[in-house]
This record gives sequence, C-alpha cells and structure tokens, in this order.
Amino acid sequence: MRYAAKIALRHLLATPGQSLLLVLGVATGVGVFVFMSALIGGLATLLTLRTVGNIAHITLEMPDRDPARIVPGERVQVAVQKDLSRREQILVWQPAVAQAEVAAGVVAVSPQIRGSAFVQRGQAVAPVGVIGVQPDKLSAIADIGKAMVAGSDALTPDGVLVGATLAEDLGLRIGQVVRLRSDRGRERSFRVGGIFALGISTADRQAVYMNFNTARALFDLPSGISRIEIKVAPPDAAPAIAARLRRATGLEATAWTEDNAQLFDALDAQGRTGTVIKAFALVTIVIGIASAMLLSIVRRRGEIGIMRAVGASPRFVLTVFAIEGTLIGTAGAVAGALVAWLALSAFPPLTEVEGGGLPVDRAQGDFLLAIALTACAAAVASLLAARQATRVDPVEAIGT
Amino acid sequence: MSREPLVSVRRLTKVFGEGEAAAEVLRGIDLDLGAGELAALLGPSGSGKSTLLTILGTLLRPTGGSHTMLGRDLGEASDAERTRFRSEHIGFVFQFHHLLPDLTALENVMMPAAACAGRETADMRRRATELLDAVGLADRRDYRPAALSGGQRQRVAVARALINAPELVLADEPTGNLDRASADQVLALIDRINRETGTCFLISTHDEHVARHCRRHVRLLDGRLEGE
Ligand SMILES: Nc1ncnc2c1ncn2[C@@H]1O[C@H](COP(=O)(O)OP(=O)(O)OP(=O)(O)O)[C@@H](O)[C@H]1O
Ligand SMILES: [Mg+2]
Repeated sequence: MRYAAKIALRHLLATPGQSLLLVLGVATGVGVFVFMSALIGGLATLLTLRTVGNIAHITLEMPDRDPARIVPGERVQVAVQKDLSRREQILVWQPAVAQAEVAAGVVAVSPQIRGSAFVQRGQAVAPVGVIGVQPDKLSAIADIGKAMVAGSDALTPDGVLVGATLAEDLGLRIGQVVRLRSDRGRERSFRVGGIFALGISTADRQAVYMNFNTARALFDLPSGISRIEIKVAPPDAAPAIAARLRRATGLEATAWTEDNAQLFDALDAQGRTGTVIKAFALVTIVIGIASAMLLSIVRRRGEIGIMRAVGASPRFVLTVFAIEGTLIGTAGAVAGALVAWLALSAFPPLTEVEGGGLPVDRAQGDFLLAIALTACAAAVASLLAARQATRVDPVEAIGT
Repeated sequence: MSREPLVSVRRLTKVFGEGEAAAEVLRGIDLDLGAGELAALLGPSGSGKSTLLTILGTLLRPTGGSHTMLGRDLGEASDAERTRFRSEHIGFVFQFHHLLPDLTALENVMMPAAACAGRETADMRRRATELLDAVGLADRRDYRPAALSGGQRQRVAVARALINAPELVLADEPTGNLDRASADQVLALIDRINRETGTCFLISTHDEHVARHCRRHVRLLDGRLEGE
C-alpha cells in the first residue's frame, strides 16, 4: 500500500501540469456542490426568516363553536352561519398565557386585543387594525422596537404607534393628535408617539399599536382578550408545540406553517433542484477521474508490463492506479472546499442580504459531505478504471 | 551433471494462433540449466528466442511439455503462484532497458523487491546501493533514467534483475541496443556477477561477439535446439 502510494504520487508529479488540471476540474465540481448547498440552504433560511421573522409562530384563539345537531339522524343538513351576535374572545386568558409561557420551545407570549378602527385627521380617514399589547411585549412578535423610524416605542396610555406608510398618507408627525373610532363605536383622541417601518406593506399601512388597557376600553373588552400570539424556537417546532398547547389550553392553536404551505412546497422543490445539480456535479467528477485514469493506464502500459514482469502482482498495479485517482479526487475535494469556503466568506450574512444579492449561507455549505462524497466517488471511479491495468499482459506490453 | 538442474523443460511446445493461422514456434524443446551457468541462446531473428525466454520466465504458458524450476512444476502452478515465484527466483533484463522513468536509478533497482513487500525497507536500500556499486553506478543512484546513457541504463537494469537474489536471470538481447564498448562493459559485469554469486544467466542474442562471453551455447533453429 505504502509503496503503491509512492508510485502513484510519482506518476502524478511526473506530469504536474496535467495533475493540477485534473485537481482543478474536481475542485470546480466540488465548488459547484458546496455553492449549491450554501445557496439552496441560504435561500430556504432567508425565506423562512423573512416569513417568520415578524409574524406569530402560533396563534391561540377561541375555537369556533360547532353548530350542534338539533335533529338526530344521518340525513340532516345543517347550514353553518357565523354567530355574529357574540364576539370571539378568550375570557379566561391568564391561565392559557401562563401555560404557554412555561411550554418547552416557547420564547415569547403576547396576549392581544385586536380590532378594527378608523383613524381620522382633519378630513382624512383611514381604516386600520388596532393591536393592543402589553407595553413590555411590544416587540415580542413583530420587532417594532427595532423598526422605529421616529419617536419612541414607549406605549403610553394615550399614545399610539403607527406605520410609516399610514403616517405618510395622513401626514402624521410625532406628537400630533389623531382620533380613532373603533368598530364598537367608541371614539378617542391619541397622540402619535412613534412611527415604525417593518418593511411589510400591510403592517406599515394598517397596523396601529396601542396600550393593552387603552385598547380594552376602545373595543369594549373589559376582561377578555382577542388572541394570544406566541413565538417559538426553532420556528419549525411550531406545529408540534401548537398541538401540545391545543391539548393543554383547549384553545384553537394555529401554527404559522399551516398558513404557509406554499412556502414549504416551494422550498421542497428548490431542495430537489439543488440535489439534482449536486448529483450531476458528482457524476461529472466520476467521469472525469475515470477517463483520466484510463488514459493514464494506456499511456503507462509499458511500465505496467515491466512491473508485472518483475514480479508485481495484479493487485499491486490495481492499487497504484486506484490510489492515483483517489489522490486526485481528495486533493481536488479539499482544494475545492477550501476555495469555496473562502469565496463564500465574501458574501454578506443572510440578515444583511439586499435585493439582488445572493442569499448564500456558508454554514450550510456541506463542506465535509462534499469532501467525503467526492473522495468516495473518486475512489470508486479510479478503482473501476484501475481494473483495466490488471488486464495488461506483460509480454505484449513489453513487446520483447 | 549429477545434481538436479535448476531449470528443466521437456518436449516444450508453443503454438501461437489457431487453425489455419496457427504458428508452431517451439516444437519440442528439451533443456536443462544448472546453477552457475552462463549460457547464450543463439538463433536467427524470429526463431523463438524471446518466446522461450518468456516461457522460462513464467510470463507465458507453453502449449505443451513440462517446465520445472527448483523442483516446482510451474505448469501446474496458478497465475498468482507463478507471479510470486517469478518475483522470488527470476530476474529479467530486456533489450530496451525498461526502467520506470519516474523513479531514480536506486529506486528502480529496489522496485521488484518493494512492489512485492509493499514498501521500501532500509535493507532493500542497502542492497540496491551495493548492486549499483557493483555495476559501477554508485554516483548515479539518484539520477532518473532519462539522465543516464544507454549503457548505464542497461547496467541499472542488470542491478534491478538481481535485487531479489534470483537463481536465474533471463536476458533478452541485453546489448542489442548498445555500442561495442558499452556492450562489453555490460557483458563483463554479467560475467563477474555470475562467477561471484553463481547466478545462472541465459542470454539471448544473435551476435556471436556476445556469445563469446558465454561458456555454453544453445542454438534455436526451426523451433528446435541444435546440438551444443
Ligand atoms: N503473441 C504472438 N502471437 C503470434 N505470434 C507470435 C507472438 N509472439 C511471437 N510470435 C511469433 O513467434 C515467432 C518467434 O518470435 P520471437 O519473438 O520469439 O523471436 P526471436 O527469436 O526473439 O526474434 P528476434 O531475434 O527478432 O527477437 C515469430 O515468428 C513471431 O512472429
Ligand atoms: Mg526477441
């Protein structure tokens, strides 16, 4: 083995330019493999991040009351009509919040009062969705604190935070007073305490954040709340945690994944595309190494004959050429992975990817897998090719 | 010769091809070679000298007849056994030196032993150095074949043939490519090694000058050996 490796190395060093070219070829294939892994992985992470970043991962609400079957029997037709006389609210919400807060995987819990309202300033009127949150939970779901562009994120009892688009539409500035009329018919004046820009157009146009207790009065909810929003880590764990919370609280628990099935289909398809491209990269490497080895064996037929004539076994020549190909493959794999690693460092982290930039995540580059797969593929390819070397007839090859 | 010969072939035949195209190259060879012999295998071109050497060297199986060496029936042996036997007991020198171009002179000399053992040992290195010394190339041990003259290459090839201390060395026109002076140098070397170590040499040639260096002459004609 050791001697076969020495001979193999001598073969490679005898034609350094050619060996280098082969290594470069393999390295390119490995680079493609790594880059595709990093890109596909990064894209998935970025899309998920963008999707889950500012939304609730799990929403707890009052379950819809099922219409009871009044007339017993199989052939009964029931028309379901939403009961509009009563509002859906979670009346006894503190225990549910407490349960959610101690559940494994949960990182934030925010009880909320939700409702529709109109904002009025002078003659201008705009429909908005009001989100009443406890002041310390303001940034628990959507990171409002980080999205502030003006004013402060302190939720005073008479202050509201409005989105940047809404502020622009109505010409709102910090400290100005606006009137809000809720869908319960209640009206009140607020001072604009802050303006945020989440980068989500509906939120920036329609969301108005206000103090939890102020919202209670505005929407006529003296004790109940509208919903409980929850953030979990990792986001993928949401369905499992939602199922547990559903059982524990008896509330309807909706994970973000249920509303985003399309995203997952797209990520799946994207992942499969990446796998196909990576497989082709590997196949290219196998073909490249096998053909290079076959050529090398043809060129060294005479030498193989000599080695066999002076007593080297077929196994020995097989080992020489198998090692030769494996060395090229491994060197190419390591070089390719190394260059890819350095090249991927030049890309900004996912959180700073801007429009038009490639969302490449180096951590998902699968470097070790790429090296291992390539080395294995090279070993198999060169072993297959090297069998050709064992078939060299020494007498013919030497041509005495 | 009273003791058992080193190599013995009886009624050895070799036919290449089949049917119409069949060519009977060897037609019943009887030959004994003893330890310490220095024999020339003479015959015109195409008479089958190389064919006989490759059969004696276990690189080619005969069509018929028996072949024994050191008491082993090589006709019965498997390919793997013949390969092993070859590496342990037989050395080759070819008309074209056939050194490996990517190895130095010293490494070339060690190659048959190293390929067998799977690694180069200090012992091999010492022995190969001695052999290169013996063929007068101690100062060329780290040269690649391309940097050696034809005669020097052939002397390295002789040293390589001897690394495993074989009982039999088969040389197929070892001086066919050399000028008179280099040829004499190589032949003198073979003569000396033969006397010092008792290694049996069988040298094929159609050059009578080469034959004069040998103590025994075997002539191939029409696939048979002529009287010695
Ligand atoms: N593999 C083969 N297939 C068919 N015929 C062969 C083969 N090898 C040798 N021969 C034939 O056998 C005969 C003897 O060849 P060989 O090489 O043994 O002669 P030689 O005595 O060594 O000649 P030279 O002095 O020219 O080297 C030739 O006629 C050759 O054509
Ligand atoms: Mg010949």
